[in-house]
Amino acid sequence: MHDEAARAEGHPGFLAHHFTDVEQQRESAKLGMWIFLLTEILLFGGLFCAYAIYRSWYPDMFHNAHKALDLTLGTTNTIVLITSSLTMALAIRSMQLGRKNLTMVHLVLTLALASTFLVIKYFEYAHKFHLGQLPGKFYTYQGIEGTNPHIFFTMYFAMTGLHGIHVIAGMSVIGWMLYRTAKGHFSAAYYTPIEMTGLYWHLVDLVWIFLFPLFYLIR
Amino acid sequence: MKSGSNNHGHVLPLRVYLTVGAALFVLTGITVWVSTFNLGPYNLVVAMIIAATKGLLVAFFFMHLFYDNKLYFMIFGFAIAFIAIFIVLTMFDTQARADVNPIEGRVIQPEAAIYEQKPALSPADSSVHK
Repeated sequence: MHDEAARAEGHPGFLAHHFTDVEQQRESAKLGMWIFLLTEILLFGGLFCAYAIYRSWYPDMFHNAHKALDLTLGTTNTIVLITSSLTMALAIRSMQLGRKNLTMVHLVLTLALASTFLVIKYFEYAHKFHLGQLPGKFYTYQGIEGTNPHIFFTMYFAMTGLHGIHVIAGMSVIGWMLYRTAKGHFSAAYYTPIEMTGLYWHLVDLVWIFLFPLFYLIR
Repeated sequence: MKSGSNNHGHVLPLRVYLTVGAALFVLTGITVWVSTFNLGPYNLVVAMIIAATKGLLVAFFFMHLFYDNKLYFMIFGFAIAFIAIFIVLTMFDTQARADVNPIEGRVIQPEAAIYEQKPALSPADSSVHK
Protein backbone atom coordinates (compact mmCIF):
# COMPACT_ATOMS: atom_id res chain seq x y z
CA MET A 1 0.00 0.00 0.00
CA HIS A 2 2.85 2.25 0.95
CA ASP A 3 4.63 1.34 -2.27
CA GLU A 4 1.53 1.98 -4.33
CA ALA A 5 1.26 5.49 -2.95
CA ALA A 6 4.96 6.07 -3.48
CA ARG A 7 4.83 4.92 -7.07
CA ALA A 8 1.86 7.14 -7.72
CA GLU A 9 4.05 10.09 -6.70
CA GLY A 10 6.73 8.97 -9.13
CA HIS A 11 8.97 7.22 -6.57
CA PRO A 12 10.48 3.96 -7.75
CA GLY A 13 9.72 0.91 -5.60
CA PHE A 14 13.32 0.38 -4.60
CA LEU A 15 13.60 3.88 -3.08
CA ALA A 16 13.29 3.60 0.70
CA HIS A 17 10.96 6.19 2.19
CA HIS A 18 13.64 7.87 4.32
CA PHE A 19 15.67 8.99 1.30
CA THR A 20 14.79 12.04 -0.79
CA ASP A 21 15.89 10.53 -4.07
CA VAL A 22 17.62 7.56 -5.67
CA GLU A 23 20.97 9.34 -5.85
CA GLN A 24 20.98 10.07 -2.12
CA GLN A 25 20.10 6.45 -1.35
CA ARG A 26 22.91 5.21 -3.55
CA GLU A 27 25.51 7.61 -2.13
CA SER A 28 24.50 6.70 1.43
CA ALA A 29 24.88 2.99 0.70
CA LYS A 30 28.30 3.67 -0.76
CA LEU A 31 29.40 5.76 2.21
CA GLY A 32 28.32 3.00 4.60
CA MET A 33 30.09 0.38 2.52
CA TRP A 34 33.34 2.36 2.44
CA ILE A 35 33.28 2.81 6.21
CA PHE A 36 32.80 -0.96 6.53
CA LEU A 37 35.73 -1.50 4.15
CA LEU A 38 37.79 0.83 6.35
CA THR A 39 37.18 -1.48 9.32
CA GLU A 40 38.15 -4.43 7.13
CA ILE A 41 41.41 -2.74 6.14
CA LEU A 42 42.16 -2.04 9.81
CA LEU A 43 41.36 -5.68 10.68
CA PHE A 44 43.95 -6.92 8.20
CA GLY A 45 46.24 -4.07 9.27
CA GLY A 46 46.78 -5.69 12.65
CA LEU A 47 48.02 -8.85 10.98
CA PHE A 48 50.21 -6.90 8.55
CA CYS A 49 51.76 -5.19 11.57
CA ALA A 50 52.46 -8.55 13.25
CA TYR A 51 53.96 -9.77 9.99
CA ALA A 52 56.23 -6.70 9.75
CA ILE A 53 57.51 -7.21 13.31
CA TYR A 54 58.27 -10.92 12.88
CA ARG A 55 59.82 -10.50 9.46
CA SER A 56 62.09 -7.74 10.74
CA TRP A 57 63.11 -9.97 13.66
CA TYR A 58 63.72 -13.12 11.58
CA PRO A 59 64.53 -12.07 7.98
CA ASP A 60 66.61 -15.18 7.22
CA MET A 61 64.07 -17.59 8.67
CA PHE A 62 61.31 -15.95 6.58
CA HIS A 63 63.42 -16.38 3.48
CA ASN A 64 64.10 -20.06 4.23
CA ALA A 65 60.52 -20.84 5.25
CA HIS A 66 58.94 -19.18 2.20
CA LYS A 67 60.61 -21.82 0.02
CA ALA A 68 58.11 -24.29 1.48
CA LEU A 69 55.35 -22.42 -0.38
CA ASP A 70 54.61 -23.33 -3.98
CA LEU A 71 55.27 -20.25 -6.14
CA THR A 72 53.43 -21.72 -9.15
CA LEU A 73 50.25 -22.28 -7.15
CA GLY A 74 50.58 -18.84 -5.54
CA THR A 75 51.01 -17.07 -8.89
CA THR A 76 48.12 -19.05 -10.38
CA ASN A 77 45.91 -18.01 -7.48
CA THR A 78 46.91 -14.36 -7.97
CA ILE A 79 45.91 -14.53 -11.64
CA VAL A 80 42.67 -16.35 -10.75
CA LEU A 81 41.68 -13.77 -8.14
CA ILE A 82 42.53 -10.76 -10.35
CA THR A 83 40.46 -12.31 -13.15
CA SER A 84 37.55 -12.80 -10.73
CA SER A 85 37.84 -9.12 -9.77
CA LEU A 86 37.65 -8.21 -13.45
CA THR A 87 34.56 -10.37 -14.05
CA MET A 88 32.94 -8.84 -10.93
CA ALA A 89 33.56 -5.32 -12.29
CA LEU A 90 32.10 -6.42 -15.63
CA ALA A 91 29.03 -7.86 -13.86
CA ILE A 92 28.32 -4.40 -12.41
CA ARG A 93 28.92 -2.77 -15.79
CA SER A 94 26.53 -5.22 -17.46
CA MET A 95 23.79 -4.34 -14.98
CA GLN A 96 24.49 -0.62 -15.51
CA LEU A 97 23.65 -1.32 -19.14
CA GLY A 98 20.57 -3.28 -18.06
CA ARG A 99 21.83 -6.58 -19.49
CA LYS A 100 20.54 -9.10 -16.98
CA ASN A 101 21.80 -12.29 -18.65
CA LEU A 102 25.30 -10.90 -19.16
CA THR A 103 25.35 -9.88 -15.49
CA MET A 104 24.48 -13.42 -14.48
CA VAL A 105 27.18 -14.87 -16.75
CA HIS A 106 29.77 -12.61 -15.13
CA LEU A 107 28.58 -13.41 -11.61
CA VAL A 108 28.77 -17.15 -12.35
CA LEU A 109 32.28 -16.68 -13.77
CA THR A 110 33.28 -14.79 -10.62
CA LEU A 111 31.93 -17.61 -8.45
CA ALA A 112 33.74 -20.23 -10.54
CA LEU A 113 37.05 -18.36 -10.26
CA ALA A 114 36.57 -17.87 -6.51
CA SER A 115 35.97 -21.64 -6.15
CA THR A 116 39.13 -22.30 -8.17
CA PHE A 117 41.04 -20.07 -5.77
CA LEU A 118 39.73 -22.02 -2.77
CA VAL A 119 40.44 -25.41 -4.35
CA ILE A 120 44.05 -24.41 -5.04
CA LYS A 121 44.32 -23.06 -1.50
CA TYR A 122 42.94 -26.37 -0.20
CA PHE A 123 45.73 -28.29 -1.96
CA GLU A 124 48.34 -25.90 -0.56
CA TYR A 125 46.94 -26.22 2.96
CA ALA A 126 46.59 -30.02 2.73
CA HIS A 127 50.23 -30.34 1.70
CA LYS A 128 51.36 -28.27 4.68
CA PHE A 129 49.11 -30.14 7.09
CA HIS A 130 50.61 -33.36 5.81
CA LEU A 131 54.17 -32.13 6.41
CA GLY A 132 53.39 -30.67 9.83
CA GLN A 133 54.07 -27.11 8.69
CA LEU A 134 51.42 -25.85 11.05
CA PRO A 135 51.04 -22.73 13.17
CA GLY A 136 52.58 -22.27 16.59
CA LYS A 137 52.81 -25.28 18.86
CA PHE A 138 51.37 -27.64 16.21
CA TYR A 139 54.46 -27.14 14.06
CA THR A 140 56.40 -30.40 13.78
CA TYR A 141 58.29 -30.01 10.51
CA GLN A 142 62.08 -30.32 10.79
CA GLY A 143 63.29 -29.26 7.36
CA ILE A 144 63.56 -25.48 7.67
CA GLU A 145 66.72 -23.79 8.87
CA GLY A 146 66.53 -20.72 11.06
CA THR A 147 65.06 -19.42 14.27
CA ASN A 148 61.39 -20.05 15.04
CA PRO A 149 60.14 -21.26 11.63
CA HIS A 150 56.74 -21.98 13.19
CA ILE A 151 56.15 -18.22 13.35
CA PHE A 152 56.25 -17.98 9.56
CA PHE A 153 53.48 -20.57 9.33
CA THR A 154 51.51 -18.92 12.11
CA MET A 155 51.47 -15.71 10.05
CA TYR A 156 50.85 -17.63 6.82
CA PHE A 157 47.80 -19.46 8.15
CA ALA A 158 46.45 -16.48 10.08
CA MET A 159 46.63 -14.11 7.12
CA THR A 160 45.69 -16.43 4.25
CA GLY A 161 43.09 -18.05 6.53
CA LEU A 162 41.38 -14.77 7.35
CA HIS A 163 41.59 -13.89 3.67
CA GLY A 164 40.07 -17.28 2.79
CA ILE A 165 37.16 -16.63 5.17
CA HIS A 166 36.61 -13.35 3.30
CA VAL A 167 36.61 -15.23 0.00
CA ILE A 168 33.91 -17.58 1.34
CA ALA A 169 31.87 -14.63 2.66
CA GLY A 170 32.25 -12.85 -0.68
CA MET A 171 31.13 -15.97 -2.56
CA SER A 172 28.01 -16.23 -0.39
CA VAL A 173 27.06 -12.63 -1.13
CA ILE A 174 27.82 -13.03 -4.86
CA GLY A 175 25.60 -16.13 -4.86
CA TRP A 176 22.84 -14.11 -3.23
CA MET A 177 23.28 -11.37 -5.85
CA LEU A 178 23.07 -14.02 -8.57
CA TYR A 179 19.75 -15.19 -7.10
CA ARG A 180 18.40 -11.65 -6.87
CA THR A 181 19.51 -10.82 -10.41
CA ALA A 182 17.75 -13.96 -11.66
CA LYS A 183 14.65 -12.87 -9.75
CA GLY A 184 14.77 -9.57 -11.64
CA HIS A 185 15.37 -7.37 -8.60
CA PHE A 186 17.90 -5.19 -10.41
CA SER A 187 17.93 -2.95 -13.44
CA ALA A 188 20.01 -0.21 -15.04
CA ALA A 189 18.29 2.18 -12.61
CA TYR A 190 18.94 0.12 -9.48
CA TYR A 191 21.98 -2.11 -9.01
CA THR A 192 23.39 -0.78 -5.70
CA PRO A 193 23.57 -4.21 -3.94
CA ILE A 194 25.66 -5.65 -6.80
CA GLU A 195 27.88 -2.57 -6.72
CA MET A 196 28.45 -2.95 -2.94
CA THR A 197 29.20 -6.67 -3.40
CA GLY A 198 31.72 -5.66 -6.03
CA LEU A 199 33.45 -3.23 -3.65
CA TYR A 200 33.78 -6.02 -1.07
CA TRP A 201 35.11 -8.47 -3.63
CA HIS A 202 37.69 -5.97 -4.92
CA LEU A 203 38.90 -5.44 -1.35
CA VAL A 204 39.41 -9.20 -0.98
CA ASP A 205 41.46 -9.03 -4.20
CA LEU A 206 43.37 -6.01 -2.87
CA VAL A 207 44.40 -7.86 0.31
CA TRP A 208 45.64 -10.84 -1.71
CA ILE A 209 47.68 -8.49 -3.95
CA PHE A 210 49.72 -7.68 -0.83
CA LEU A 211 49.72 -11.18 0.70
CA PHE A 212 51.16 -12.73 -2.46
CA PRO A 213 54.53 -10.89 -2.53
CA LEU A 214 54.80 -10.92 1.28
CA PHE A 215 54.62 -14.72 1.49
CA TYR A 216 55.58 -16.14 -1.89
CA LEU A 217 58.21 -13.68 -3.13
CA ILE A 218 60.55 -13.24 -0.16
CA ARG A 219 64.15 -12.75 -1.15
CA MET B 1 27.60 13.37 -0.74
CA LYS B 2 26.33 16.24 -2.85
CA SER B 3 25.33 15.54 -6.36
CA GLY B 4 28.13 17.71 -7.71
CA SER B 5 29.92 14.42 -8.24
CA ASN B 6 26.80 12.76 -9.47
CA ASN B 7 27.90 9.93 -11.69
CA HIS B 8 24.78 7.83 -11.57
CA GLY B 9 24.65 5.94 -14.78
CA HIS B 10 28.33 6.64 -15.42
CA VAL B 11 29.34 3.53 -17.32
CA LEU B 12 33.05 3.07 -17.92
CA PRO B 13 34.01 1.81 -21.37
CA LEU B 14 34.82 -1.90 -21.51
CA ARG B 15 38.29 -0.91 -22.72
CA VAL B 16 39.11 0.63 -19.30
CA TYR B 17 38.36 -2.63 -17.44
CA LEU B 18 40.25 -4.79 -19.90
CA THR B 19 43.28 -2.46 -19.89
CA VAL B 20 43.40 -2.39 -16.10
CA GLY B 21 43.01 -6.18 -15.97
CA ALA B 22 45.86 -6.59 -18.47
CA ALA B 23 48.03 -4.16 -16.49
CA LEU B 24 47.39 -6.22 -13.32
CA PHE B 25 48.46 -9.43 -15.09
CA VAL B 26 51.61 -7.77 -16.45
CA LEU B 27 52.51 -6.34 -13.03
CA THR B 28 52.00 -9.79 -11.46
CA GLY B 29 54.42 -11.19 -14.02
CA ILE B 30 56.93 -8.39 -13.33
CA THR B 31 56.82 -8.86 -9.55
CA VAL B 32 57.46 -12.62 -9.89
CA TRP B 33 60.26 -11.96 -12.42
CA VAL B 34 61.94 -9.30 -10.24
CA SER B 35 61.93 -11.70 -7.28
CA THR B 36 64.35 -13.95 -9.16
CA PHE B 37 67.07 -11.28 -8.83
CA ASN B 38 68.87 -10.59 -5.59
CA LEU B 39 68.51 -6.87 -4.92
CA GLY B 40 69.19 -7.17 -1.20
CA PRO B 41 66.75 -5.08 0.83
CA TYR B 42 65.34 -3.54 -2.35
CA ASN B 43 63.50 -6.75 -3.24
CA LEU B 44 60.94 -5.95 -0.58
CA VAL B 45 60.77 -2.28 -1.64
CA VAL B 46 60.22 -3.17 -5.31
CA ALA B 47 57.64 -5.85 -4.43
CA MET B 48 55.71 -3.38 -2.26
CA ILE B 49 55.83 -0.62 -4.89
CA ILE B 50 54.43 -3.04 -7.48
CA ALA B 51 51.77 -4.28 -5.04
CA ALA B 52 50.79 -0.68 -4.21
CA THR B 53 50.51 0.13 -7.92
CA LYS B 54 48.28 -2.90 -8.44
CA GLY B 55 46.25 -1.96 -5.38
CA LEU B 56 45.73 1.59 -6.63
CA LEU B 57 44.68 0.30 -10.07
CA VAL B 58 42.06 -1.92 -8.40
CA ALA B 59 40.89 0.89 -6.10
CA PHE B 60 40.83 3.63 -8.76
CA PHE B 61 39.19 1.72 -11.60
CA PHE B 62 37.52 -1.49 -10.36
CA MET B 63 36.29 0.29 -7.22
CA HIS B 64 35.66 3.53 -9.16
CA LEU B 65 37.49 5.74 -6.63
CA PHE B 66 38.96 7.76 -9.50
CA TYR B 67 35.50 8.77 -10.71
CA ASP B 68 33.50 8.77 -7.48
CA ASN B 69 32.97 11.38 -4.81
CA LYS B 70 36.42 12.06 -3.28
CA LEU B 71 34.96 11.41 0.17
CA TYR B 72 35.29 7.65 -0.47
CA PHE B 73 38.89 8.07 -1.47
CA MET B 74 39.50 9.97 1.77
CA ILE B 75 38.02 7.11 3.81
CA PHE B 76 40.25 4.66 1.96
CA GLY B 77 43.26 6.96 2.43
CA PHE B 78 42.61 7.36 6.15
CA ALA B 79 42.52 3.57 6.60
CA ILE B 80 45.88 3.21 4.84
CA ALA B 81 47.40 6.20 6.68
CA PHE B 82 46.43 4.91 10.11
CA ILE B 83 47.78 1.43 9.35
CA ALA B 84 51.07 3.07 8.35
CA ILE B 85 51.16 5.01 11.63
CA PHE B 86 50.27 1.84 13.55
CA ILE B 87 53.01 -0.26 11.95
CA VAL B 88 55.73 2.43 12.04
CA LEU B 89 55.17 3.39 15.67
CA THR B 90 54.98 -0.27 16.76
CA MET B 91 58.23 -1.02 15.00
CA PHE B 92 59.97 1.92 16.68
CA ASP B 93 59.41 -0.15 19.82
CA THR B 94 60.04 -3.68 18.59
CA GLN B 95 63.17 -2.70 16.62
CA ALA B 96 64.73 -0.69 19.44
CA ARG B 97 64.07 -2.93 22.44
CA ALA B 98 67.50 -4.54 22.38
CA ASP B 99 69.22 -1.14 22.45
CA VAL B 100 67.49 -0.29 25.69
CA ASN B 101 67.47 -3.65 27.42
CA PRO B 102 69.38 -6.65 25.99
CA ILE B 103 67.07 -9.11 27.76
CA GLU B 104 64.06 -7.67 25.93
CA GLY B 105 65.91 -8.01 22.65
CA ARG B 106 66.36 -11.77 23.05
CA VAL B 107 64.56 -13.93 20.55
CA ILE B 108 61.80 -16.05 22.01
CA GLN B 109 63.51 -19.25 20.87
CA PRO B 110 64.03 -20.96 24.25
CA GLU B 111 60.35 -20.76 25.15
CA ALA B 112 58.97 -22.08 21.85
CA ALA B 113 57.29 -25.48 22.18
CA ILE B 114 58.88 -27.05 19.11
CA TYR B 115 62.29 -26.92 20.77
CA GLU B 116 61.18 -29.08 23.70
CA GLN B 117 61.25 -32.41 21.90
CA LYS B 118 63.19 -32.08 18.74
CA PRO B 119 64.21 -35.41 17.19
CA ALA B 120 67.11 -35.62 14.77
CA LEU B 121 66.39 -34.06 11.40
CA SER B 122 65.00 -36.72 9.12
CA PRO B 123 66.07 -36.24 5.50
CA ALA B 124 62.85 -37.77 4.18
CA ASP B 125 60.82 -34.89 5.57
CA SER B 126 63.12 -32.14 4.46
CA SER B 127 62.02 -32.17 0.83
CA VAL B 128 60.62 -28.72 0.31
CA HIS B 129 58.81 -28.45 -2.95
CA LYS B 130 59.37 -25.40 -5.01
